[in-house]
Amino acid sequence: MNLFDIIGPVMIGPSSSHTAGAARLGKLARNIFGEEFNKADITLYNSFSKTGKGHGTDKAIVAGILGMEPDDENIKNAFELVKKSGIEVNFNYQDSNREVHPNTAMIKLYEKEKSMSITGCSLGGGRVMIQDIDGFKTEFTGEFNTIISIQRDKPGIVAYVASYLAQKNINIAQMKLSRKSKGDTALMIIETDEIPPESLKTDLENNEGIYKIVLSII
Amino acid sequence: MSLFTMKQIIEAAEEKGVKISTVAMEMESKESGLSIDEIKKRMTNNYDIMKNAVSHGINQVIPSVSGLTGGEGFRLWQGKDKGLSGDTILKASSRAMAVSNVNASMGRVVAAPTAGSCGIIPGVLITIGERLGKSEDEIVDALITTAVVGKVIAQNATVAGSEGGCQAECGAASAMAAAAAVELSGGTPSQAGHAAAIALKGVMGLICDPVAGLVEVPCIKRNSFGAAQAILAADMAMSGIESVIPVDEVIKAMGDVGHAMPEELKETAMGGIAASETAKKLEKKLLKNRDEHN
Repeated sequence: MNLFDIIGPVMIGPSSSHTAGAARLGKLARNIFGEEFNKADITLYNSFSKTGKGHGTDKAIVAGILGMEPDDENIKNAFELVKKSGIEVNFNYQDSNREVHPNTAMIKLYEKEKSMSITGCSLGGGRVMIQDIDGFKTEFTGEFNTIISIQRDKPGIVAYVASYLAQKNINIAQMKLSRKSKGDTALMIIETDEIPPESLKTDLENNEGIYKIVLSII
Repeated sequence: MSLFTMKQIIEAAEEKGVKISTVAMEMESKESGLSIDEIKKRMTNNYDIMKNAVSHGINQVIPSVSGLTGGEGFRLWQGKDKGLSGDTILKASSRAMAVSNVNASMGRVVAAPTAGSCGIIPGVLITIGERLGKSEDEIVDALITTAVVGKVIAQNATVAGSEGGCQAECGAASAMAAAAAVELSGGTPSQAGHAAAIALKGVMGLICDPVAGLVEVPCIKRNSFGAAQAILAADMAMSGIESVIPVDEVIKAMGDVGHAMPEELKETAMGGIAASETAKKLEKKLLKNRDEHN
């Protein structure tokens, strides 16, 4: 903890969890989707749903998917700005769902036939956790550059990705691997200190055991 | 070297004959690798944002997003010349509420230590700095003192309403501001510690009961009380009044009280005034507005 965690962060009010954290979730969803989109379906759960209007949670998430940071004074104008951009936004409210964290949002972004659903929660103090991407359980904060690999559960894939990163001189800060069942689809999350190169996505997807690479760059 | 208690920080400052903020900056520089100049520069930037929020909120009625509140800081500022509390307390309290109003209207603030308590420290520091004719540099130093007191509270208790109630947010902010007010007044580090302890004792046990779960009622007015109390605590310490219980023990007690508080009284909007008949009606009305807009 440093002094600027106490006197800070600079943020748009009124709530670090319900406004600043919500903006961060939106921004992360945008980064993870990684390309333009023309529609967003946003589901707010529990406290996000019940108190979100008064906290500007809805505006903050929309501001985030438009690329704004939690201290952007345009957050309060997010609805007007998204209207101008032509992106269609729909909200759903789930006032009580005991299966998810009190401050949870599911953000589904669409472009033509393509879509991706990203679920995350706000942990307080503006910090967030991405918990699910298209049905895969994840657990990362977006505070690091993050590589998400959806891959086959078979020997050699982890080594392939790790050696690729080593070649590019990218240090792994944290790494997590999970799978639905043995030999099935697996999900790997790698947080790195350095920014991965743009070519990483196509390079890694060339391996037939890797179905999809998603990048979130800070 | 990390210092984890107020006692360690106060002793380090008194041994060297320097302010708490000097010790805090040296500590931060060693831990983060930032130079003292960079730390000051970043904190000056935070102070500028605080000043902007104050002037924005003090000069006009800014309604909150929910419409439940707005203009509290502006109104008290307008009435300060006839007020009973005296110029300094009224100015600090108005400014504290003005920042809270900006926060509730989706304006830009500095969490200090949280968004819910973001008015207290700017309210006190700007007012005391103005009253004593302090330079911006001295006020930024005092802001660094608030940060290190807050860090000790966060490490040894909590500054989250969901963990410790309002005493952990507005209470902590008040204690942080009290210590800084002593520093600005030329008091010793030890007196700053007493002021923090006295302020925190004043709100020991205060619950977090936000109406409809929003950072507005009673939060905005509690920012005003936090500021007033910080100034009074600083005056007590400057008059030689000491806290019988050492500041670190008061901080620990605040944390323990927070843990003992039922969940209903910690930001869940299920207890205190948030559970009152009127609060429940307001909550329903806000939900109805939400659904009608969709």
